[in-house]
Amino acid sequence: MKTLLLAWRYLWSRPLGAALNVLLLSLGLASITFLLLVGHQLSRAFDRDLAGIDVVVGAKGSPMQLILSGVLHIDVPPGNVPLQAVKALEKHPMVASVIPISLGDNFRGYRIVGTSHAYIAHYDATLAQGRLWDAPMQVVLGSTAAAKLGAGLGQTFVGTHGLGAGGHAHGDSTYTVVGILAPSGSVLDRLILTDTASVWKVHEDFTALDDDDRKAMEDEREVTMALVQYKTPMAALSFPRYVNTSTEMQAAAPALEISRLLNMLGLGTDVLRAFAGVLLLTAGLSVFIALWSAVRERRGDLALLRMLGAPPAKVAALLLCEAVWLGLLAAILGLLLGQGFAAALGWFLKLDTTLLIGGMVWPPELAVVPALALGVSLGAALLPALGAYRVSVLELLQGR
Amino acid sequence: MIRTQGLCYQYPSGPLLAFPDVDVPQGAVLLLSGPSGCGKSTWLALVAALVAPSAGTLVVAEQSLGALKSIAADAWRARAIGFLPQKLHLSAALSVHQNLAMAQWAAGQSEDAPAIHATLQALGVGDLAARKPGQLSGGQAQRVALARAVLLQPRVILADEPTASLDDESAAQAVGLLLDTARQHGATLVIATHDARVAGLIPPEANGNIGFQPLQLVRSKL
Repeated sequence: MKTLLLAWRYLWSRPLGAALNVLLLSLGLASITFLLLVGHQLSRAFDRDLAGIDVVVGAKGSPMQLILSGVLHIDVPPGNVPLQAVKALEKHPMVASVIPISLGDNFRGYRIVGTSHAYIAHYDATLAQGRLWDAPMQVVLGSTAAAKLGAGLGQTFVGTHGLGAGGHAHGDSTYTVVGILAPSGSVLDRLILTDTASVWKVHEDFTALDDDDRKAMEDEREVTMALVQYKTPMAALSFPRYVNTSTEMQAAAPALEISRLLNMLGLGTDVLRAFAGVLLLTAGLSVFIALWSAVRERRGDLALLRMLGAPPAKVAALLLCEAVWLGLLAAILGLLLGQGFAAALGWFLKLDTTLLIGGMVWPPELAVVPALALGVSLGAALLPALGAYRVSVLELLQGR
Repeated sequence: MIRTQGLCYQYPSGPLLAFPDVDVPQGAVLLLSGPSGCGKSTWLALVAALVAPSAGTLVVAEQSLGALKSIAADAWRARAIGFLPQKLHLSAALSVHQNLAMAQWAAGQSEDAPAIHATLQALGVGDLAARKPGQLSGGQAQRVALARAVLLQPRVILADEPTASLDDESAAQAVGLLLDTARQHGATLVIATHDARVAGLIPPEANGNIGFQPLQLVRSKL
């Protein structure tokens, strides 16, 4: 009989107590798992989607809203900016490239983004099927969007107004799927991409009263924002100020805004972390009480083990193995619960379609969870194990 | 065999116990009697190498215990000593079979299921291997505890108050079982008891090859 097997049998000789201890410990570990998962996924999303974008130029308003809507596609944009103003930016000596972004419609919750081929090239995305658009009203689907929508090449659909499902349909303007992107792990995966002209066409067709009206609209065309890359990092010192003071637009630096966002989230994260810490401490105390009681209840049994020839270290190891089992079971349950919490949060906040937060992700940081579980359970078992180590056989013989 | 000479034990903050010398040949029976507190348990602990004597010499199963360090003493005890405690301490969490396997675990041996089966069979409880101790009668539990004590073929069996709270008939059966088991294993049997009935249950010259030595302990303070 192995020590671990014997410890397992002893542990489950008190099934209710063992189950409650596992549950209590796993709740603390689930909170830690949840925090690690959310932190990892947010950080990964920010890193991959913000890479290479030095500044976002859009309508005046909240700079964070501009970043969230135009780069991460999880918010509505503050407004539109004139196309001419964005074209002027392309000629600025500090600007290397400008990618236009036009938002306004969606198909079953997936955003239709009017842009240029440069947007796809920026994220190094490649085609899995078909080709890129070469005319308005042709679309290329991100991999997730294509899979969720069940769409294939040649299929057609009409967009609905707004950025969430439920708007009115642009019934006369039909999009045709001409390409599907391979998964890139970027924001493109969940977007429907088309030429900027498609967005103009849909809305001009929808609102123009006559040809004169359409001509006026063409002269006043807008985009939602522009993703700008600098020629030199020195531009960060003067370009945003230039945009903010010399144009009707605002410039928002993604790195700055995300840093601000993480600072705001930090307070909530700290509260959750403290809560998880309290849960773990409580669980540790509970494990300690359970094992301490076990030593007291089984004092005679443990003394008998010594009488049967077990060295004190072996008797103590039996208690530590019970703690190892508690820790392992709690780690498994805690990891699964944490994944469940993250998946539930993603589903509840509709973040699962934006791929920012979801369950069943296994970043290396999660290795800390079993380590923490074993640390807490073994730490709580140290004193009981010492009690088992020192158990007196003479007391057994003397019937005490 | 058990041989002691000038054996003393000093409790850290208690009395100094001095024990009479004994010389018990292998296969003999020693009845250790005396009132509660006279030192029977301490004497058993000394013989099992659980505590070291303050003075005197102690040789058990050809081993001089004074020379044994703690880990070596544990290993020696696992091989040489079989112990039947007053409270049987059969683990309620384990089956009868697993309780015996636990003795092999304690001795650092891997589980030997055929040996467990054979020992339980020899004591008439082979069909109870899968039961939990809570499902056994008092007599069955004592047989299982005795099986655990003799499983590793000890040279010395220490039985602590084996007849406590038993009626006359059950006490006679318990002592008879101990004597039979010790004889089958060729083990020296020590019965520590304050039960006056036990002396009458041990034949003075039982079966020829078992010698019976009563040892009366009284509290002694030097």
